[in-house]
Amino acid sequence: MSGAVATLSGRAPSRETRFESRVATRDSTWVKTVVLTVSLSFFALFIVLPLVAVFVEGLRKGFGPYFAALVEPDAVSAIKLTLLAAAISVPLNLIFGLAAAWAIARFDFRGKQFLITLIDLPFSVSPVVAGLIYVLVFGAHGWFGSWLSDHNIRIIFAVPGIVLATIFVTVPFVARELIPLMQSQGRDEEEAAVTLGASGLKTFWRITLPNVKWALLYGVILCNARAMGEFGAVSVVSGHIRGETNTMPLHVEILYNEYQFAAAFAVASVLALLALVTLALKTYVEWQTERNAAPETE
Amino acid sequence: MSIEIRNIVKAFGNFRAVDNVSLDLPKGELVALLGPSGCGKTTLLRIIAGLESADEGHVLFEGKDATSKHVRERQVGFVFQHYALFRHMSVFENVAFGLRVKPRATRPSEAQIRERVLRLLDLVQLSWLKDRFPAQLSGGQRQRIALARALAVEPQVLLLDEPFGALDAKVRKELRRWLRRLHDELHISSIFVTHDQEEALEVADRIVLMNKGHIEQIGTPRQIYEEPATSFAYSFIGNVNAFRGKVEGGYVRVGSDLLPHSRTDLSDGQPVIAYARPHDTEIVADGPAANGVAARVNRVLTNGNVSRVELIANGPDRGVAKDYFEVELGAEELAQLQLANGQRVRIQSRRLSVFEDQPLG
Repeated sequence: MSGAVATLSGRAPSRETRFESRVATRDSTWVKTVVLTVSLSFFALFIVLPLVAVFVEGLRKGFGPYFAALVEPDAVSAIKLTLLAAAISVPLNLIFGLAAAWAIARFDFRGKQFLITLIDLPFSVSPVVAGLIYVLVFGAHGWFGSWLSDHNIRIIFAVPGIVLATIFVTVPFVARELIPLMQSQGRDEEEAAVTLGASGLKTFWRITLPNVKWALLYGVILCNARAMGEFGAVSVVSGHIRGETNTMPLHVEILYNEYQFAAAFAVASVLALLALVTLALKTYVEWQTERNAAPETE
Repeated sequence: MSIEIRNIVKAFGNFRAVDNVSLDLPKGELVALLGPSGCGKTTLLRIIAGLESADEGHVLFEGKDATSKHVRERQVGFVFQHYALFRHMSVFENVAFGLRVKPRATRPSEAQIRERVLRLLDLVQLSWLKDRFPAQLSGGQRQRIALARALAVEPQVLLLDEPFGALDAKVRKELRRWLRRLHDELHISSIFVTHDQEEALEVADRIVLMNKGHIEQIGTPRQIYEEPATSFAYSFIGNVNAFRGKVEGGYVRVGSDLLPHSRTDLSDGQPVIAYARPHDTEIVADGPAANGVAARVNRVLTNGNVSRVELIANGPDRGVAKDYFEVELGAEELAQLQLANGQRVRIQSRRLSVFEDQPLG
């Protein structure tokens, strides 16, 4: 999703200038004007305006109520839960993504294509459906419902359910960043390391990981952004218990539904801020990746 | 280290990449595994290295079975076709890698590592590049660094997979000579894979010619070139004129023409393919009773003392797929023949090699 945007912005400068400098390939002024106007006004209307609105609305009643809305116990608990869900799901997906990408890029096995498709499943399934799946499996009337309640384990309408749903929707991010990269790099360098006497672990730490570190970080950043912002799947399994099973996005919704607009936007602005930080990090990582890859294309 | 290969079989699905190959490689030789692409030479090399496991058969180093030994323990240096340098490490660190990953007990000190790496970089004449990254090097430089890296761990065998395959012609020729010189200095048993006959003939002490997963011939470059043992060896190495036909007594009948041959163990009617090198082929005047295959002079190319005459097979015009022949002769002979373009002549050979042919189809 954001990958396409990333490559466009990343490669545009060099190509554009060359294209522009040649008379033969230069577009007429009105074409440029129209294209730029359309895209910029679209961008302003649908992206910049809402972002500004979140902060403006959040600060409408001044800084006092803004911070009050953030330190209010329910808000604090929502922020904590969001961070907890991200803190559990991101490392797990990091490990899973790395393992899956490694398996797919390095080995040939039956059902490899199937595994690749399966990794994409969370992207193609609606998050609400993803949440429902967990309710059906672990809920009170679900497959394991009675067994779980017999053993006094709560998954649905509790923190484990939220973590599970978050993991589900964020599965593809790391793996999808790594698979194409690892496939294109091939296994020559690792084989070289092994012939030089490196153990499997040393090969992984010294060769495999450094080669994919920027892509890995990129995947983690995207994964984290999604983990914190996920609404649909989490909403289904959460049960909306205030101060217990509300994440930030759910908290925003509740506040909004209770006509506490300023508070709702205040919490929303924190999410938006997280998104902006993520974006800045992502741009930095992209820049690093480009820089690392640049001499390769000589 | 001497290497023995015993009945190695390796199949990928239904495709037998290496089909029951046995081979003895004495210590200290530079051996070329030569063959067309897909003949199994790279697979065989990777099996020797331990990067691929054979389905059947054994690999012996110094007479000891190494089949189940891990790559790490085989003490082989492997040089990859596309160099496989570690892209995130400097040239120095690339060469030092093999020393740095040694277990603590056997790992040399930092000063020793430094000394050894610099010595190796001197050996490949690239010490001035030690702080560069692989992406900043040319292909030839990368391959020399890859070789230095492989040599750093003092391997018992050096294995090179198409080491010059990705380089342009001029650099390839330079590096070839350089590899030969290096081998003469170090005397480390080396095997390199190539599909380039010229490379094999020029560099190797011994050539193992492979085709379709089995060995066609083993010999010195001279033997391989002058005494090809099989039909494949003949057609793969060097320029050659090929004539398909059937045995008729002491002759091979090619179309309506006859070529005399000296094999006595062939029965009449046996389909054969006969080969003659261009310098063993001669042009004779056309005449009703003359032996030799009828052809038409197409071009005469003079290049120094040796002239090459290119001829087109006479006989039925088969459209685009005409048979071309090539004859090499000295300037004097050429002057005597007084050839003109389009002239009808016959060609025959003093040294015709005849092999049983699989019937066409």
